[in-house]
Amino acid sequence: MGVVLRVGVTLAALLVATGGFAYLVKTGHQVPHYRHFAGVPAALTSPAAIVRGALALEPAALIALGLVVLILTPVARVAFALLAFAEQRDRLYVIFSLIVLSVLFIGLTGHSL
Amino acid sequence: MNVLVFTAVVFAGSLLAGFLGSLTGLGGGVVIVPLLTVALGVDIRYAIGASLVSVIATSSGAAAAYLKEGLTNMRVGIFLEVATTSGALIGASVVTRLPGSTIEVIFGVVLLVSVYLTLTLRDESASQSAATEDAGLVRRLRLAGSYPTPAGEVAYRPQRVPLGFGIMAGAGALSGLLGIGSGAVKVLALDQAMRLPFKVSTTTSNFMIGVTAAASAGIYLRRGFIAPGLAMPVMLGVLAGSLVGARLLMAANVRVLRLVFALAILALGVEMIVTGLHL
Repeated sequence: MGVVLRVGVTLAALLVATGGFAYLVKTGHQVPHYRHFAGVPAALTSPAAIVRGALALEPAALIALGLVVLILTPVARVAFALLAFAEQRDRLYVIFSLIVLSVLFIGLTGHSL
Repeated sequence: MNVLVFTAVVFAGSLLAGFLGSLTGLGGGVVIVPLLTVALGVDIRYAIGASLVSVIATSSGAAAAYLKEGLTNMRVGIFLEVATTSGALIGASVVTRLPGSTIEVIFGVVLLVSVYLTLTLRDESASQSAATEDAGLVRRLRLAGSYPTPAGEVAYRPQRVPLGFGIMAGAGALSGLLGIGSGAVKVLALDQAMRLPFKVSTTTSNFMIGVTAAASAGIYLRRGFIAPGLAMPVMLGVLAGSLVGARLLMAANVRVLRLVFALAILALGVEMIVTGLHL
């Protein structure tokens, strides 16, 4: 389990740092615009669009891809817990793990209740 | 201020926030959000979006770096995550419908309560009383565990499980609402309500913080709260700062430092309430 976490966090940090460097080179001289909330452009709000942008080596999309990897790391952790409980034939905790994974999945699809 | 300078300032602030967050036990999110909104004028929705990402990084990073996993009670963690992740979905759904000023006021109030909880409860050692109120539930859920100490394995049995579950649902809602780990509330539930040993409660809480934050992250992403340019220095800074802070925490007695920084964070909380209410 420690390996999953280490790989996830390291990969995420590398993607974010690489994308961040490219982002600063490209837009470092512009003025930041976080004072008023307008929402992030649509190309950076869905995992599919983020992957497309990252494949095109778009700096902001590379950062966002790192963030998506980071978000999936704890999800992988729960999935591994599910496997461990299944191996122990612990039916009750397989069910609890499945409930947690379902809630995580609903959240990841981005639909608020 | 251009993007380059802004990023450098945010990175330095995040480094400090991660460091102070792990020293005070409050977590990086609680410190970085007021720094971004009060000091740099960032809209609170972008601030909590960046904070939520840093919460996941800190939780996973701390667990990976210190191999705290061995003390984590996975059953307690998974069972309570049913409550925290559900609460987080509700919290994240609510926050996408609130105006920025309201979020700011709620954040300020939660900040004050967290500082109070951390200062009053954290150093108290959880006493293991012999009586278990719901031994039947603990047995059915198989929540009892043991952990290694220099004197050998010590067994423990969680208590007041329904109360702990309820507090955890609240902690999850706060996490989704404000983009924080709400570690103070989680420790309150595990330590004070369920009477888990301190080492078990901190590592189990750390495991739950990341999973809980992941539940609301998708909603934050879809609603445009997570701005890559801002989240980048926040995530890298808080992660690095918290790893340094955690190492120092193990090496030194930091009670006075903790008190001083907690008071500074208290002041930020008051400032957020004042700004949010337009006083």
